[in-house]
Amino acid sequence: MMKALRNQKVRGILFQLLTVIGLVAFLWYIGANTVANIEQRGIKTGFEFLEGTAGFGIDESPIAYSESDTHGRVFLVGLSNTLIIGFVGIVLSTILGLIIGVLRLSNNWLVRKLAAAYIDIFRNIPILLQILFWYNVVLKSLPSPRQSLEFIGGIFINNRGLYIPQPELNITTISVILSFLLVFVIIFFVNRWAKKRQEETGQDFPVLLVALGLFVILPILAYVFSGANFNFEYPALKGFNFSGGKAISPEFLALTFALTIYTATFIAEAVRSGIEAVSKGQKEAAASLALSNYQALKLVILPQAIRIAIPPTINQYLNLVKNSSLATAIGYPEIVTVFAGTSLNQVGQAIEIIAITMLVYLTISLVVSAILNWFNHKMKIKER
Amino acid sequence: MAVYKQKEVRPAPASTKGAIHWLKDNLFSTPLNVAMTVVSLAFLFWVIPPFIQWAYTDANFAGTTRADCSGDGACWVFIKMKLDMFMYGFYPSEEIWRLNLSFFLFFGLVAIFKWSKNIKIKFAAFNIYLLIATILFIGGIFGLEFVPTDKWGGLMLTIAVAAVGIICSFPIGIIVAFGRASELPIIRSVCITYVEFIRGVPLITILFMSSIILPLFFPEGMTFDKLLRALIGITLFQAAYVAEIIRGGLQSIPKGQYEAADAVGLSYWQKMLLVILPQALKVAIPNLVGAFISLFQDTTLVLIIGLFDLLAMVRITAADSSWLGMETEGYVFVTIVFWAFCYGMSRYSISLEKRFDTNLK
Repeated sequence: MMKALRNQKVRGILFQLLTVIGLVAFLWYIGANTVANIEQRGIKTGFEFLEGTAGFGIDESPIAYSESDTHGRVFLVGLSNTLIIGFVGIVLSTILGLIIGVLRLSNNWLVRKLAAAYIDIFRNIPILLQILFWYNVVLKSLPSPRQSLEFIGGIFINNRGLYIPQPELNITTISVILSFLLVFVIIFFVNRWAKKRQEETGQDFPVLLVALGLFVILPILAYVFSGANFNFEYPALKGFNFSGGKAISPEFLALTFALTIYTATFIAEAVRSGIEAVSKGQKEAAASLALSNYQALKLVILPQAIRIAIPPTINQYLNLVKNSSLATAIGYPEIVTVFAGTSLNQVGQAIEIIAITMLVYLTISLVVSAILNWFNHKMKIKER
Repeated sequence: MAVYKQKEVRPAPASTKGAIHWLKDNLFSTPLNVAMTVVSLAFLFWVIPPFIQWAYTDANFAGTTRADCSGDGACWVFIKMKLDMFMYGFYPSEEIWRLNLSFFLFFGLVAIFKWSKNIKIKFAAFNIYLLIATILFIGGIFGLEFVPTDKWGGLMLTIAVAAVGIICSFPIGIIVAFGRASELPIIRSVCITYVEFIRGVPLITILFMSSIILPLFFPEGMTFDKLLRALIGITLFQAAYVAEIIRGGLQSIPKGQYEAADAVGLSYWQKMLLVILPQALKVAIPNLVGAFISLFQDTTLVLIIGLFDLLAMVRITAADSSWLGMETEGYVFVTIVFWAFCYGMSRYSISLEKRFDTNLK
């Protein structure tokens, strides 16, 4: 008996067995208590509440929603708002982060220091504080609708939000949007062809210039040939507030600003460390092969820098989506605010609702880590 | 015979040192650089003078009431009058000396850590400090008045939550990291599930879970304090991140160290605690400080579940009818406090990184 206990394998199995027993006992204890508590407090169980009428309004909804819709519909509204803020935040913070990260390495002393100061200031202030600051201090101190600040092109901003002209969905609008999509497709194929040619013949093709040109020319052509008629609907002051155009709420603005500015500091650091991690020898080798600065950047430095910078950046995207849950502090109707907040208060089925909410975030993070794994696998240095 | 004529000596290049040359090199080397410098300067002039004017030149420092704030600038009188609220929340004012005492004792602890070389003394001092601070904070024995946790608030609550979070999550994190690195499949998968689950969801959902669902898990009559529920949530959350950082440290330990420990006949726990962990921690310490900074920032989330941390104090103090509309000053003050703490810690983590650079890679 004692001899068996000294055997490492036996002890491993025994130890795991104990863990399983302990875990099962703990879960059983919790489960039994929960069932008893739920019965005693008269809380319903199951997912029927998703069919029940919500009975409350939501200010911003990208999908059709009214008070008589179900809690299931509320969930979808919250989910789509989460995805919208996630998408907008990711796009904007990537742009800002790239700019700051590159400026951080500028040879201009002042610009370099300003970029560093930006990073040091904003990454050391809690994100919730930043959200509340934008919402309660900056946006609330804007003038009332009657004294709105007006920008060129019929854009208004006041303490009720930002108002921008919205083009009517007609043939012109659709063809311009389609032409942008077309440019992306064309660039994808041109890029592939250029890379192949470069590898075979060594001749370089100015993909960037062609892409920029296409981005200007194709939409203009689409605009002209489809009747040149955007037909903007302009916001106008009616009574106490604006109507017409596209209204963007202060909640959305505050959340977007705060998430973008905060996440961009981390992306900027990722960009900087990626570029700095490319060893000096690589640059010198590129120069001694007589590659131009642009060629060296495009063919030698960026491909290596990207491999280092992308994984932390993708992690930051995930953090951004998770941080968007703090919208609940200012009432932007994303999933935590409307579903884990208002719906939960009405229905009272905390376990089901919080489980669903967590599942949403878990799914998003699983998808993101799958993308990350795929990227790491693709980018792995192929050693011979 | 060719006659060679000596060429005239060229003048020495202009000085490569000095302020002018530095300016030329660093700010005005190319047209693009000139443009960027001008834009940056314009930006600085647009932001800094108005802020200084608001926060200092036009601001009010003297006085005790709102009426003393006559200028256009910030009303720092508000912060001055509400400083106790920002620092201690609703802690009874005659008991505040207890918080201050534990604050000063902290410096004593730091001094012991600096001077003593003996790890056992350090460990004992740390535990004694924790015990004393806990007694001072809560009270209820030794003739100290009991202060319920709903009176806690302000910076003191923020620090208490962050401190409990990091101290309690540390041992859990170490055990989970060991479990994740273990060769036993069940233990490993339990630990991986835990870490990936926690890291996949936002802290706010975990706080909701611990504040709403946790009471359902335990028998009727067993009540948890609101603060305690938040602390449980934060500890469970932080433990997953600590575990992940320590796992990174464990991975950087060469295999030879494990084999050597096995070869001299150490048991699993001896091997892990005496040989592997000290080396892994050394690698992980800068990242652990980083995790502590994010935890310190994350403590602000407790305001969403109804605790009055430093950030929540802004809304509470500005809701005072004699100080309405002072939110801006409150937010600026709280921002400066949080920033100073986090920036200080991040500088400290950079210095630690240099000190502990052991080149284990």
